[in-house]
Amino acid sequence: MAESPFKAEIERVQKEYSEKMTVGAIATIPGSSVVNKTGSWRVFMPEFNRDKCVRCYLCYIYCPEPAIYLDEENYPVFDYDYCKGCGICANECPVDAITMVREVK
Amino acid sequence: MPIRKVMKANEAAAWAAKLAKPKVIAAFPITPSTLVPEKISEFVADGELDAEFIKVESEHSAISACVGASAAGVRTFTATASQGLALMHEILFIAAGMRLPIVIAVGNRALSAPINIWNDWQDTISERDTGWLQFYAENNQEALDLILIAFKVAEDERVLLPAMVGFDAFILTHTVEPVEIPDQELVDEFLGEYVPKHAYLDPSKPITQGTLAFPAHYMEARYTVWEANEAAKKVIDEAFAEFEKRFGRRYQKIEEYKTDDAEIIFVTMGSLAGTVKEYVDMLREKGVKVGVAKLTVYRPFPTEEVRELAKKAKVLALLEKNVTFSVGGALFQDFSRALINEKEKPVIVDFILGLGGRDVTFKDLDEALGIAQKALAGEEFDEVNWIGLRKEIL
Ligand code: SF4
Ligand code: SF4
Repeated sequence: MAESPFKAEIERVQKEYSEKMTVGAIATIPGSSVVNKTGSWRVFMPEFNRDKCVRCYLCYIYCPEPAIYLDEENYPVFDYDYCKGCGICANECPVDAITMVREVK
Repeated sequence: MPIRKVMKANEAAAWAAKLAKPKVIAAFPITPSTLVPEKISEFVADGELDAEFIKVESEHSAISACVGASAAGVRTFTATASQGLALMHEILFIAAGMRLPIVIAVGNRALSAPINIWNDWQDTISERDTGWLQFYAENNQEALDLILIAFKVAEDERVLLPAMVGFDAFILTHTVEPVEIPDQELVDEFLGEYVPKHAYLDPSKPITQGTLAFPAHYMEARYTVWEANEAAKKVIDEAFAEFEKRFGRRYQKIEEYKTDDAEIIFVTMGSLAGTVKEYVDMLREKGVKVGVAKLTVYRPFPTEEVRELAKKAKVLALLEKNVTFSVGGALFQDFSRALINEKEKPVIVDFILGLGGRDVTFKDLDEALGIAQKALAGEEFDEVNWIGLRKEIL
């Protein structure tokens, strides 16, 4: 996965917060939650079968995170840093190109 | 020249909102506060108030819209009561945590079940731990004045906390009294325009509000709400003093009436204070040494003032229209806390009365006085007493 383009800025602000709490706990840069990798709560993970995929993008549209990107060939890419394993993508995929499998760490 | 009009507390609250010139009002009608947004929507429709009036489908949405508007950087107002305030509960914490100076007018009403639309203070008292400032009005004039003062304090940079102003259901919300409407220019000078320093929308300076805080930061964020509440004590005194200078009406966190030589001091809030003042006048004629202390401000809790008050009396008789289970009333808990480490302290007797719109009569107050006098005489007494209870139907 590509790193957040804000990474340096976010780290700067995070450091700032550790030193001084802002009024109302405001984050002075947008998208600062990008560094909060929320995928660690997952129990099941989507497993993607590229051969079956017809590139309809239903998974991409429905992912509530959104943890699905598209690659250069417009195939879905799953970002496991943020995917919570809800299984919505697997449910929506019309050709069963996504299977939810128990994640073993 | 200020004009005097005869109006209900609901109208007085709407007038206060009009004078404060909020940019957004989001409200859902609920008895007994319905008239507040109704009247405001009239002001907006008639072009007398330049504001966005958002019609929502619930109180949860009303306060959520207010949070959004306030986070965008404008003065924001709403009104509610009882279940409506309870429905806002979740968002009340958010408004305080985000330090958004929203003001709510609350027509103090009992909570279900059973369904009851009449007055007690259970609704606002139940929200005492949300971080909101709380003011209680004795009459319709106070309802108007305290809303203006609430804006002043809430928006102060040292505070930045939301505030609610309670006025008793029907006793005030639906009863007419002459109310002085202050001059707009004077209110403008008193309040000034709300210039947000921390929470506002500016595309050139994007920020994230309502952030996630991990354990490393959450506690500090909560502490800042605590600090802001503490800071509000001084700011409230300043606002009261400035209000008096401009408008001539004096407010204090605890207003005392005939307390100087009192042996028993009744402590109460809201419209009940008016009743008890009358009662005390009557007793004074008979030579009974009693007084009244009215809490105009309940959050932040005026601990210092309570300690001063406690020095004057042998018995503090708390008259409360709310229940905190296993404790008595919420004030009982607050007063006990404030006095627990004092060397000399009065006896505190708690009275629960007037729930769900039950009239508080002189007969009820006689009953309370009798128990307070027992305590004064060193006889045995119950710490918590339900007054005017119809024991025959239990
Ligand atoms: S499992 Fe849920 S969160 Fe993960 S990619 Fe699919 S839709 Fe998105
Ligand atoms: S929903 Fe299925 S077929 Fe459609 S893009 Fe996603 S994985 Fe491919």
